[in-house]
Amino acid sequence: MTHLDSELRILKSDILEMWRLVVLQLEKGKEALTNFDRDLAEEVVENEKRVNSYELKIDKDCENIFALFQPVATDLRLVLASLKISNNLERVGDIAASVADFVLDAEQDFNKEILERTKILEMYSIANEMLADTLEAFDNEDTRLARTMFKRDKILDKIDEAALDLVYECIITYPEQARNSLLVMSMIRKLERVGDMSKNIAEEIIFYFEAKVLKHKKKKQKEGDE
Amino acid sequence: MANKLETIDVNLHYGDFHALKGISLAIPDHSVTALIGPSGCGKSTYLRLFNRMNDLIPNTKITGQVLMDGEDIYKIKSSKIDHLRRTVGMVFQKPNPFPKSIFENVAYGLRVNGISDNSFIENQVEKTLRQAVLWEEVKDKLKKSAFELSGGQQQRLCIARALAIEPTVILMDEPASALDPISTGKIEDLIFELKNQYTIIIVTHNMQQAGRVSDYTGFFYLGNLIEFDKTKKIFTSPSKRETENYITGRFG
Ligand SMILES: Nc1ncnc2c1ncn2[C@@H]1O[C@H](COP(=O)(O)OP(=O)(O)OP(=O)(O)O)[C@@H](O)[C@H]1O
Ligand SMILES: [Mg+2]
Repeated sequence: MTHLDSELRILKSDILEMWRLVVLQLEKGKEALTNFDRDLAEEVVENEKRVNSYELKIDKDCENIFALFQPVATDLRLVLASLKISNNLERVGDIAASVADFVLDAEQDFNKEILERTKILEMYSIANEMLADTLEAFDNEDTRLARTMFKRDKILDKIDEAALDLVYECIITYPEQARNSLLVMSMIRKLERVGDMSKNIAEEIIFYFEAKVLKHKKKKQKEGDE
Repeated sequence: MANKLETIDVNLHYGDFHALKGISLAIPDHSVTALIGPSGCGKSTYLRLFNRMNDLIPNTKITGQVLMDGEDIYKIKSSKIDHLRRTVGMVFQKPNPFPKSIFENVAYGLRVNGISDNSFIENQVEKTLRQAVLWEEVKDKLKKSAFELSGGQQQRLCIARALAIEPTVILMDEPASALDPISTGKIEDLIFELKNQYTIIIVTHNMQQAGRVSDYTGFFYLGNLIEFDKTKKIFTSPSKRETENYITGRFG
């Protein structure tokens, strides 16, 4: 193994660790909302610092690799992709923490009906699965799986679009939970972004493994070989 | 990590010429240190301090301390200088195999050290040729002259020769400057492997090479050590403007 190979291996393992941590953050966030578990929500907020420090570490890894090894071809694509993936993961980490923060902000348990009708839990699950699948796609060089992000993101968009009316209905129906309904609205707006970030990450995975740039292409081309 | 090598305020004069100006530097055990800097800045002179090869040049005057494992190698008995040169292997810019067979080139250092056990010598030759990533290419022609090898192979042979006497320090003066990219890559990978067992100092004009192989980098200029730090630091954010200018190619 060359020196560069061993540095790239470290970079990859850092990225994977960060990825797993962010996936876990989302999962815990969902559990905290479902069970109104304040301790768990607190933990998610606390752990955001760890996510951030991974991003800094990966930035530094990449900077060193550029400066010391001038990577080319697949090595170069890995370093470029890692930089952007970690940047997106950091943003997902932010979202996980702010959603957990909304849970902490609630003054009472969330009415199950509200969680049901606004589809927030369904949305949460889809977002979590999407991010977890980007990790799997990267780990298994599975660009087909990466390409599923573009369609799945649309489901999140739909839930987000429908949310305003549904939340409004909830406020009317459960006036004593008006504040919680508004919190749910805020969470939905945040979670919608996880879909976009998973798409960004998918583009980087495809760039890394296939050397194809999908950014700013028409949707049809992106979903391409499905 | 303990320091394997250290110089404390070393000055070296070639006659009236002040070639090294108060160099203080500590080199950790099991590390690779690259020395960079423009031609004539004193890199090779500095390297030669550690096997006392400068002593062979007339009219040189050295002051200060040069320590190996904490002992001043300029204060040892002259009878121990041979031993010193045995613990410090050196590889030069141009491959310089002896006019002997491939096998004898590597065995030479063992024989002059009085080893006559043939099976030991054979084992050692194979072991070091493997370490130098040359074995597969030469195992069927060990009796052939070393001059029948390519430049890159000759250089790896010289590295094997240096390793055979089991030094603890290896000095390399532009070991890859005469080689093609593939041979250069092999030598660089080899250096990376070797640092688990040895302390290595490499002089190189190739900045990228310094980045790829070394843990520490020292930048010399006009006989001064301008900056010494972790290679990562030197190549991402050096502290001195001169270093920055040199590594970005904006020198002079
Ligand atoms: N034997 C010698 N006698 C007199 N001066 C010498 C001798 N060897 C080197 N010098 C001078 O000492 C200075 C440092 O030389 P040295 O060979 O250490 O430089 P260097 O950094 O290795 O250069 P290069 O990159 O060209 O190999 C130079 O100015 C050189 O002219
Ligand atoms: Mg020189």
